[in-house]
Amino acid sequence: MSASAPVISAKNVWKLFGPSPESYLKSLAAGRSFDEIRADGYIAGVKDVSIEVARGEMLVIMGLSGSGKSTLVRCFSRLHDITGGTIEVDGQDIMSLTERELIELRRNKMGMVFQSFGLLPHRTVLDNVAFPLEMRGQDRYDRRERALEVIKLVGLEGREEYFPRELSGGQQQRVGIARSLAIEPDIWFLDEPFSALDPLIRREMQDEFLRLQEMLGKTIVFITHDFDEALRLADRIAIMRNGAVEQCDTPDQIVMNPATEYVAKFTEDVDKARVVHAKGLAKPVNGHALEGAPINGGSTIHELARVLVNDKRILLPVANDKGVVTGVLERDTALNVLLGAE
Amino acid sequence: MMATLSTDISDTRDGPWGQTKVLTALLVTALALILAKAIGILPEWLNRIPEAAIPPTAQVLDAIFNFIQNDLGLIYVTRFIAEGPLEFLLDTSANLLEGKRRWPYLGPIPWSAIAAVAAVVGYAVGGWRLAALGAGTFIWTAAIGQWKIAMQTMSVIVVAAPLAFLLGLVLGIAAWKYGWFERLLKPILSVLQTLPFFTYLLPAVIFFKVGPTAGAVATITFAIPPMILMTTLGLKKVSPEVIEAGQMSGCTRWQMLRHVYVPAARTEVLVGVNQVIMLCLAMVVLTAFIGMPGLGAKLLAMMGSFKLGRSFEIGVTIVLLAVTLDRMSKAWVLKQPVHFERGTPWWKRHQISLVALGLFFGFTLLAQVFPILAEIGRKQHLSQGKEIDVVIKSFLAIDAIKGTTEWLRWFLNVKVLIPFRNTLLAIPTPAFILLVVSFAYWVGGRKPGIYAAIFFTIVAFSGWWDRSVITLYTVISAVALATMIGIPLGVVAARSNRWSKSILLACDTAQTFPSFIYLIPAIMLFGVNDVAVVFSILIFAAVPLIRYTIIGLSNVPPEMTEAADMSGSTRRQKLMSVQFPLALPTMAVGFNQAIMFAFFMVIIAAFIGTQDLGQELQRTLAGTELGKNFVLGLNVSLMALTFDMAISSWAEKRKRALGLD
Ligand SMILES: Nc1ncnc2c1ncn2[C@@H]1O[C@H](COP(=O)(O)OP(=O)(O)O)[C@@H](O)[C@H]1O
Ligand SMILES: [Mg+2]
Repeated sequence: MSASAPVISAKNVWKLFGPSPESYLKSLAAGRSFDEIRADGYIAGVKDVSIEVARGEMLVIMGLSGSGKSTLVRCFSRLHDITGGTIEVDGQDIMSLTERELIELRRNKMGMVFQSFGLLPHRTVLDNVAFPLEMRGQDRYDRRERALEVIKLVGLEGREEYFPRELSGGQQQRVGIARSLAIEPDIWFLDEPFSALDPLIRREMQDEFLRLQEMLGKTIVFITHDFDEALRLADRIAIMRNGAVEQCDTPDQIVMNPATEYVAKFTEDVDKARVVHAKGLAKPVNGHALEGAPINGGSTIHELARVLVNDKRILLPVANDKGVVTGVLERDTALNVLLGAE
Repeated sequence: MMATLSTDISDTRDGPWGQTKVLTALLVTALALILAKAIGILPEWLNRIPEAAIPPTAQVLDAIFNFIQNDLGLIYVTRFIAEGPLEFLLDTSANLLEGKRRWPYLGPIPWSAIAAVAAVVGYAVGGWRLAALGAGTFIWTAAIGQWKIAMQTMSVIVVAAPLAFLLGLVLGIAAWKYGWFERLLKPILSVLQTLPFFTYLLPAVIFFKVGPTAGAVATITFAIPPMILMTTLGLKKVSPEVIEAGQMSGCTRWQMLRHVYVPAARTEVLVGVNQVIMLCLAMVVLTAFIGMPGLGAKLLAMMGSFKLGRSFEIGVTIVLLAVTLDRMSKAWVLKQPVHFERGTPWWKRHQISLVALGLFFGFTLLAQVFPILAEIGRKQHLSQGKEIDVVIKSFLAIDAIKGTTEWLRWFLNVKVLIPFRNTLLAIPTPAFILLVVSFAYWVGGRKPGIYAAIFFTIVAFSGWWDRSVITLYTVISAVALATMIGIPLGVVAARSNRWSKSILLACDTAQTFPSFIYLIPAIMLFGVNDVAVVFSILIFAAVPLIRYTIIGLSNVPPEMTEAADMSGSTRRQKLMSVQFPLALPTMAVGFNQAIMFAFFMVIIAAFIGTQDLGQELQRTLAGTELGKNFVLGLNVSLMALTFDMAISSWAEKRKRALGLD
C-alpha cells in the first residue's frame, strides 16, 4: 500500500432510515432533495457522500445537530450498514467483511470516543480502559500494563480504581479517550467528544487533544457542531447539511472561498485573520521578482499583522518551515483580510 | 369558530357521538332485560345460560392434561426434575437451615450464626440501621420460638428465588432479543399475573408431587413474570453509546451480552431480584394450602383455631422477614460500587466478607458450648401467645368495641353487602355482560369493550356464573369501600410534605407484607364471615389507592397550582379543578392496582368462608380436578383482565391528552 493511498475512502455513500431503504434507494430518482425523501417516509442520514481521509490527517466533520455527522462516522466503522455506495478502509471494502473480520478490524485498527462517554458504569477506570484489550483476549498483566500506560497518557494517574460516577465530566471523557487509545488504533473516531463539557474544560481538553495528536499522529475523524473548534483542530473540514457534504476543504479555503451560501453563513462571524495562514493566501511564484526576507507560511495573517503594516514591499515571499520560498503574498490582499475589508 | 367545530367533529368520529349511541343501545338492552325479568316475562334461557348449553370445558381440559401428562409422558420429565435436581437443592437447603436428615448432614446452622451474618450483610448494604434490622428479625424469630418453621419457609425461598431469577433473566433476555418471542410472551404474562395463585398450585402438585417441590415450582412460576419484564425493560434502556462503545471494543455477541448489556441493565435487573424475593415470600406462605409446613401453615392452623395471640406473633415474624428482605435487596439495588485506594491490602478489600465469615464460624463454635445459641427450645422461648390472646380477647370484649364491631358487622352485612349481592345475582346474565361491556367501553374505549364482551361471555359459558358474580361482588364492595377511605386519606396526607412522606413509607412497607397477613386483623375484629373477607380485601386494596393518590397529587407541576393560587381559587376549588384532573390518571393506576389486589385477595380470603370461585378453587386443591381448577382460575383472570384493560387504557389516554408522559 502506498503512503499516499487514503485510509478511508467513501464513494457515493447513502444511509437511509425507513421501512425498506434498499429498494427505495434503487427506485430513487437522481437529484431528489432531502425534504422530498422525507415526504416519502425516509430520512436521509447520509446522502450521496464521497470523501477521503488521508493517512495522518485530521478531518473534522462539522454541521448542525441532525445533519448526519454521527451517522456518517458510524458508517465508516460499520456501526451502521450503509444503504448504497462503498466504503473502503485501508483498501478493504468494509461491507464485505464477515462478522468475525469486522470484530478483528475494530479490535486492532479503530478507536472511538463518544459524546456522552459511553463508559461502563460497573467498571473502574482501569477496567474500562482495559475493556477492549480484555475483549480481544489479552492476558491480565499485559492489559493492566497497557491500560496504566494510556491512563498516564491522558493524565488520570491515581484515579485507576475510581468508578466513572466518581469522576467529573472532563475526567470521564479522558477515560473514554484512554479506552479508545488502548488498542493503539490506526484510525481514531471522535463523535463530539467535548460537546458535553463546560466551555473552560472544553478548551483545556482541546489543547490536551492537540498535544496527544502531535505525539501519536493518528488518522482522525473528529465530529463537532462548533465551528471554532473545527477551525482550531482541523487539517480539513467537511461541512454537512441534511446528510450531504456541502464543502470539504482546508480551514483557509472554507473561510476565504465558501462554496455555498450555507457555508458562507458559518464563516460570516469568523475573524478571518486569525484563521487564514500566509501560505493559504499566497499565490504561486510564477516568475515574480522577489526580494527581502521571506515570511513564514505557517503563520496566520493576524500573527503577521505587524510585518504587514510596517513592510513597504508590494509582494512578500512566503517560505515553508524549511525556509524554502513556496509562494508570494500580495500585501494588499493580506491587509484587506486583516482589516476585514475583503 | 368554524375551524374548531369542524376539527371537533372529525376528531370524534368514533368518540362521543358514536360512543353515546353505542352506550345507549347497550344500556337500554340491559335495562329491558332486567325489566323483563322483574315483571316475569323473561324466558329462563335469557336469565341464566341453560346447563345443556354449557360446554364441558373442564372435562375437555382434563382430557388434554391427561394426554400431555401420561400419553406424552410429560409427567416423567417433571417428576424427574422434581425428584432429581430440584429435590436435591431443596433437601440441601432444608438440611442446612432446619436440620432435615439429608445430604450434606451439616445443619441446622445455629440461629445465632445466621443472625450475625444477617447483621453484617445489612451493614454492608445499608449501614447500622439495616444491620440492626437484620439481626433483630432473626433474633426475634428465634426468641419467639418460631425458628424451625421460619427456616422451613426460608429453605424454600433460598432455592426458589435464585431459580426464578435465573429463569426470568434468561426468558427476559430472549424476549428482548427476539421480537416474536416477546409478542408471544406478553399475553401469557398478563394472564399469568392475574391467575390466582391456587391455579398454580394444583398443576404443581400433580406434575411435581406433593411437598416442598410442588410448592417451590408454583412459587417459582408465580415469581418469574416480573423478573422477565424488568429484564427486558432494563436491556431496552441501555444507552446506545454504551452499546456502540462495546461494539467498537470488538465484543462478540456473547461478550456484548455478558459484559455490556446485562451489567449496564444492573439496576432494573436488581429491582427484578427484589420483586422475585418478595413474591417468593408471599407465595411460599400460601403453599400452606397444599400442606407445606412453615410459617404459612402454622398461621393457617392458628387462625383456623382462633388462636389470635399466636397468629399475631407469626404475623409479626412474617412481616419482619418481609421488611428485612425488602429493605436489604432494595439497599443492594441502590448501592453503588466505591473504589479502594491503590495499594489497599487484600484483607482490607474483603474486610466485610472476612468479618461475616469470622462471625459465622465464631457463633457456630460458641453454639457447641452454649446450646441456647444453637436452638431455643420449647421451654425457653419467649412466646406470649396465650397472654396476647387474653389481651386481644378482653380488648374486643370491651362493650364499646364489641358494640362497634358488631354494629358494623350487622350494618355492612344486612344493609349493604347482602342486598348488593342479591341485586347482582338477580340481574340476568346477558344484561350483566352488557353492563360490564358498557363500563369497559365507556371507560377504556372500543378495544377494552370488545375484550370485556369476549371475556365475560367465556365466564358465562364456564358454568360458574353465580360464583363468578359473587367474586365480583366481593371485589366491587371491597374496592368501593377502600376508595371511600383511601382517597380522602390520600388527599389529606398530600397536603403536608411530612405526612405524605411518612404515609408513603407506611404504604410501601405495607405492600411488602404477604397478602396472608391482612387476614389477621380482619379475623380478629369480625370473626369468620363475609364482613371479615371484605375487610381484609379492603385494607389490602386501600394501600395502593392511598399511595397513588398521594403520588398523583404531589406530582402535579407546581406551576399549575401556583397559577390556580394566583387566580384566587380556594383550596377546595384548586383541588377540584386543578389538582384532581391532573392527578386522576395516576390515581387510576392505583385504582387499577387496588382491583387487581382485590381479585388476588378474594381468592385467598375464601378459606374464611365465602361462596365464590375461591372456595371452589380451594376445594380442588384437595383433589385432582385439574380441568375445573383451571376453568375457575381462568374466570378470575378474565374478570381481572377486563378491568385492567379498561382502566389502564383510560389512564394512558388521559395521560397523553394532558401531556403528562
Ligand atoms: N437509527 C435511526 N433511525 C432513524 N433515524 C435516525 C437514526 N439515527 C439517526 N437518524 C436520523 O438521521 C439524521 C442524522 O442524525 P445524526 O447523524 O445523529 O445527526 P448529528 O450527529 O449530525 O446530530 C437525523 O435526522 C436523525 O433523526
Ligand atoms: Mg451526533
